[in-house]
Amino acid sequence: MKREAPQSIADYGPLFFPAGMLLVFFVVPFGTMIAVSFFQRQQGGFYTPAFVLSNYERFLTVFFGGVLGFSLMLAVTVAVCCVVLALPFTYLLSKLPRRLQVIWLVALLSVLSLSEVIIGFAWSTLFSRTAGITNILVQLGLMKQAVALSPSFGAVLTGMVYQALPYTVLVLYPALVRLDPTLMEAARTLGSSPVRAFFNVLVPALRNTIMATLIMVFIFALGSYLLPQILGRPQHWTLSVLITDQAIYQSNMPFAAAMAVFLVLVTLGLVALTLLIGRKGEKA
Amino acid sequence: MDTILKKAVTRRAVLAAGALGTAMLAMPSVLRAQDKSLKVGVYGGYFKNSFDKNIFPEFTKATGIAVESVAEPTGEAWLVQLEQAAKAGAAPADISMMSQVAMIKGQSTELWTPLDAAKLPNSKNLLDRFINKYPDGRIAGIGAVAWYITLVTNTDVFKEAPTSWQAFWDPANADKLGLLALVSNSFLLEVTAKTFFGGTNALDTEEGILKVFDKLAEVKPNVRLWYRDEAQFEQALKSGEIPMGQYYHDVTGLAASEGHPVRSTFPKEGGIQDSGCWALSRASKKVDEAHIFIDYMSQPAIQATLSRKVGTAPTVKRELLDLSDKEFAAVSSDIEPILPRYDLLTSKADFLNQKWTELIVG
Repeated sequence: MKREAPQSIADYGPLFFPAGMLLVFFVVPFGTMIAVSFFQRQQGGFYTPAFVLSNYERFLTVFFGGVLGFSLMLAVTVAVCCVVLALPFTYLLSKLPRRLQVIWLVALLSVLSLSEVIIGFAWSTLFSRTAGITNILVQLGLMKQAVALSPSFGAVLTGMVYQALPYTVLVLYPALVRLDPTLMEAARTLGSSPVRAFFNVLVPALRNTIMATLIMVFIFALGSYLLPQILGRPQHWTLSVLITDQAIYQSNMPFAAAMAVFLVLVTLGLVALTLLIGRKGEKA
Repeated sequence: MDTILKKAVTRRAVLAAGALGTAMLAMPSVLRAQDKSLKVGVYGGYFKNSFDKNIFPEFTKATGIAVESVAEPTGEAWLVQLEQAAKAGAAPADISMMSQVAMIKGQSTELWTPLDAAKLPNSKNLLDRFINKYPDGRIAGIGAVAWYITLVTNTDVFKEAPTSWQAFWDPANADKLGLLALVSNSFLLEVTAKTFFGGTNALDTEEGILKVFDKLAEVKPNVRLWYRDEAQFEQALKSGEIPMGQYYHDVTGLAASEGHPVRSTFPKEGGIQDSGCWALSRASKKVDEAHIFIDYMSQPAIQATLSRKVGTAPTVKRELLDLSDKEFAAVSSDIEPILPRYDLLTSKADFLNQKWTELIVG
């Protein structure tokens, strides 16, 4: 059947609803944010409409550069860890009988129902000296005495990977289920070991899916502000934490907005760069 | 983005609620002109529940003025809402309990109706520091409740109670402290100035502030947790995971009375005293009722009730209270408190915030 191009405005009708939603819930708030980022901050008050660049100037320092760099590094690390863990897991999951798959997926989905606060507090207890997992290691005779594992970078990373892993699995799952099983069979028939086939056949075949998943987890992790506070030291606080401080505790909306705009721009830039490199790689 | 969206919605909601509120208030006032009422904003949750249960019914019985309590959010969100509503001529609450920083910010826009001392005979019971004044001497607000942040320790880990804030700087306490994460709520600059530089006057000049920051930086290696969330620190203090820090005197005392191994100590330099004021929005028409309310709340007997039932430190002079030594010690202390420099926290807010963030994050 040949699909006809829309003839009248009415043919575009179905598009109005999503377009309206996008306008109301994305374009307008984001536009407001950009506008506020140029407003004049009133110390000891709120802000007044103006067009000043001082909010951006304040951000462009080595200090905030360092915080931004750390936030990006943390998000990339979380994304890589998640995909490295989730890809083999999801592949093995897709080979299981249907019933078991459903049980696993339900369990994973139930992790999603936990709030960030609960995840944060649970891990901080698990990593504590007084009630944490090191106490078990001491009882097993593997350690001399219990130690605190939190706050630390490792604790932040663990918490964030734990939070993002279910998403990662759920994004990878449909692609792996739909993957043509004959690909792997062919590789095996031609004498490849399962591990070798996984890396030489499956991973390249899923290149685009993996890339998309990495980007999704990266953006998801970039917005995290609770876990770094609960599980990390101040040097592990992400830019999102500082944005919250400015917006909520300092009532400095213009500066918070400027930081948020900057974060969005850098994120979009990085995503675009990744896609660009990916496309070039495809052509070669 | 999220915050902006929320703010926009709230502001609109407030305007709508304000208009609706005025309409609703206007109608019954025609029907029952005799009935007097007052809308009072108090911090939502524990404070509001305690006031609803222990204070407001008695007030209505004594004065015939009905109180409708409004849960106000902490932080400055409520100030913003009052400000926006006042511009539209509406008052989401006639009287609100406001933080000291919010009082100063509200003064800059004349948000608070000046109060008449002649109509508040009980205000002379108050300690001078609890009368909040405009720069020209008009009264902007009257102390409602006060509370202390003190030096808290886990009794299992620290058998002896520390006597001075200097314990925070002791190298023996490496990685053992839990401190509040914001310059505006930890008041650690004031503590450092009082402990090592003779008083908070050391913060008068920018040069002095930087010196105090340098001294405060020495605490960093001892800090395990910079907390925003109170529950997180309270839990860690009880378990001994983080055995020392700064926390609320009354809450710590409550935890100790429940059998947890914690104690709150007033260091010899004094505890940090923070407080809230009653302030009247300029959009409110209930000026007379508001004066009656504030005067009622300033009575020694009511302040004593607040100390017993809500756990706040009294704003009136000690000798006027019938609190026993034990009851007084549960909420306050005779040691001269460290008073936060609210003036600096507003006039130099961005400078202090920037230096503070660089100090603890860098």
